[in-house]
Amino acid sequence: MELVVALAIGILAGSGVWLLLRPRTFQVIIGLALLSYAVNLFIFSTGGLRTGADAILRQGAAGTLADFADPVPQALVLTAIVIGFATTALLLVVLLAARGLTGTDHVDGREREQ
Amino acid sequence: MTAWADHLLVAPIVVPMMAGAAMVLAGNARPSLLAGLGLVSTVLLLVLSATLLVLADAPEVRIYRLGNWPASFGIVLALDRLSAIMVALTSVLGFAAFVFSLARWHRAGTHFHPLFQFQLMGLNGAFLTGDLFNLFVFFEVMLAASYGMTLHGSGVARVRAGLHYIVINLLASLLFLIGVSVVYGIAGTLNMADLAARMQAVAAEDRALLEAGLAVLGIAFLVKAAAWPLGFWLQGTYAAASAPAAAALSILSKVGIYAVLRVWLLLFGTGAGASAGFGTLPLTLIGLLTIAFGSVAVLASQNLARLAGASVLISSGTLLAAIGMNRAAVTGGALLYLMGSVLAIGALFLLVELVERGRDIGADVLAVTREAFGAGEDEEDGEPGERDAVGVPIPATVATLGGSFLACALLIAGLPPLSGFLAKFAILAPLFTPGGGLPSALAWVVMAALILSGLATAIAMMRTGIDAFWASPAGTPQRVSVLEFMPVALLLTLCVALTVAAGPALDYATAAANALYAPADYLRPVLKAAEAAR
Repeated sequence: MELVVALAIGILAGSGVWLLLRPRTFQVIIGLALLSYAVNLFIFSTGGLRTGADAILRQGAAGTLADFADPVPQALVLTAIVIGFATTALLLVVLLAARGLTGTDHVDGREREQ
Repeated sequence: MTAWADHLLVAPIVVPMMAGAAMVLAGNARPSLLAGLGLVSTVLLLVLSATLLVLADAPEVRIYRLGNWPASFGIVLALDRLSAIMVALTSVLGFAAFVFSLARWHRAGTHFHPLFQFQLMGLNGAFLTGDLFNLFVFFEVMLAASYGMTLHGSGVARVRAGLHYIVINLLASLLFLIGVSVVYGIAGTLNMADLAARMQAVAAEDRALLEAGLAVLGIAFLVKAAAWPLGFWLQGTYAAASAPAAAALSILSKVGIYAVLRVWLLLFGTGAGASAGFGTLPLTLIGLLTIAFGSVAVLASQNLARLAGASVLISSGTLLAAIGMNRAAVTGGALLYLMGSVLAIGALFLLVELVERGRDIGADVLAVTREAFGAGEDEEDGEPGERDAVGVPIPATVATLGGSFLACALLIAGLPPLSGFLAKFAILAPLFTPGGGLPSALAWVVMAALILSGLATAIAMMRTGIDAFWASPAGTPQRVSVLEFMPVALLLTLCVALTVAAGPALDYATAAANALYAPADYLRPVLKAAEAAR
């Protein structure tokens, strides 16, 4: 389980960083999206990973604190998702505005001279 | 203290939030209503922050539990002198930028007023919160509003600079999240006071990971503070932003400084066990490099707006270098420097727009550069009689603007007699006190950096000043309304007041710094609230 999550985070973050360094605005925004997925998974994993655990309680058994998944990382990740979603949407609008105003989708607003 | 006074702590967040929400509801149809709401909110914030400054001047830190949840479960706001100083600076700068915008900038695009209020809300929240994740949320509120503010007025330059600004800050936010989640994973809490209390007990094998997490967090703060090599975005963005937006943005870089100050001194103070003093040397070195880069940038700036941006870099670097020295008295001086530099740089950003108004495009390109490109030659030939006339009258507006520019230059370069000089002196003096043993080599380097950066700023300001006011005056005198000049005058008057009252201000700043170095007063009320819940 740990290995799968770690690999997923690594691949997402790696692709995200690579895309972020590309010169086209669309690649940058996808890179940011992938990076934020990686970070969200990472936050989620700080609460500890368990397979086959009960959601909250097992029927008929008295619940103890040890059975719960830690709710704080889940709350954090939820907040992070919402904020990341909103800011990415905002960036998308700016990206379109930049495309319209400068006539190119290069991040610097002009093509590099050959 | 009564319960009523306790609720004052949350007011600097609630007031702009309600004002902003009301403005969104009111829509853009009635600009005078929006302006009135904004005026009420900013004046109220001024009054509130003055009250908080007085309230905070007490040994115990005031806390406010949001939703009255016990501190270990809920989020607390904490008010100490440092927070009060920052909130007060935000209110003053916010008021000045708001009044300035009423002259014409607020009509340059939609939703200027609500965005401005939300930015104030985010700033105040970031300064007051006592919880790491809540700090992230307020950072995002502040940044989301600042994205809109940067783009206010639209235009190719703003959109291009805004795109870079947004991408870099989104990346910094991701780093912030990584840092926060590592800290939570190791320490199991996000409450800053609780975290500081647990620093001692962190297991040896986890300590390196915790320090790495906090270092990642620190990088996110340094991006905001525009420290070298993470601050290349700053000059372009600030130069492209409209004047009131740039003035409001100039305090955003200080949020990064505030966060470093708060988190570093709280978590890596003397109570941190093996981690005490973690990262102070790198902080000083980064600060010195930022000063060096800022000094080069200030000399290389070919227009006033970029010059103002470069002076933000120098101010960030000076603060980081001083904080990294890890001495309470030095940090006290740094806080005094912070107050003066926020006000002066805010005034400069407002002034830039007034000075540049009515000048030809490209008029601020340096004379040397103009000659190199042969652009200014035909100008020399025409009408020598008029140019050489003795006793050309200087219009009153130009004289006023020139005087204000001079005051800004003295403040930012740190020359006597204004507060910039006193603040730099207050930073340097404790480094060379006879009682503290021989000054270290680092202290000499910091002194050299502070003085040389002041020299670079003085040269650059003088050069641009001569160019803007004497060498190539505007064809027609700038038309500046009283409404636009008043905020600049207010900020500069406050700087003068800070010079006259430097003694009490330094006492307040030193008390704030001492409290930061002895965080027991910060920890006790928060933890007491947590204990009471168990």
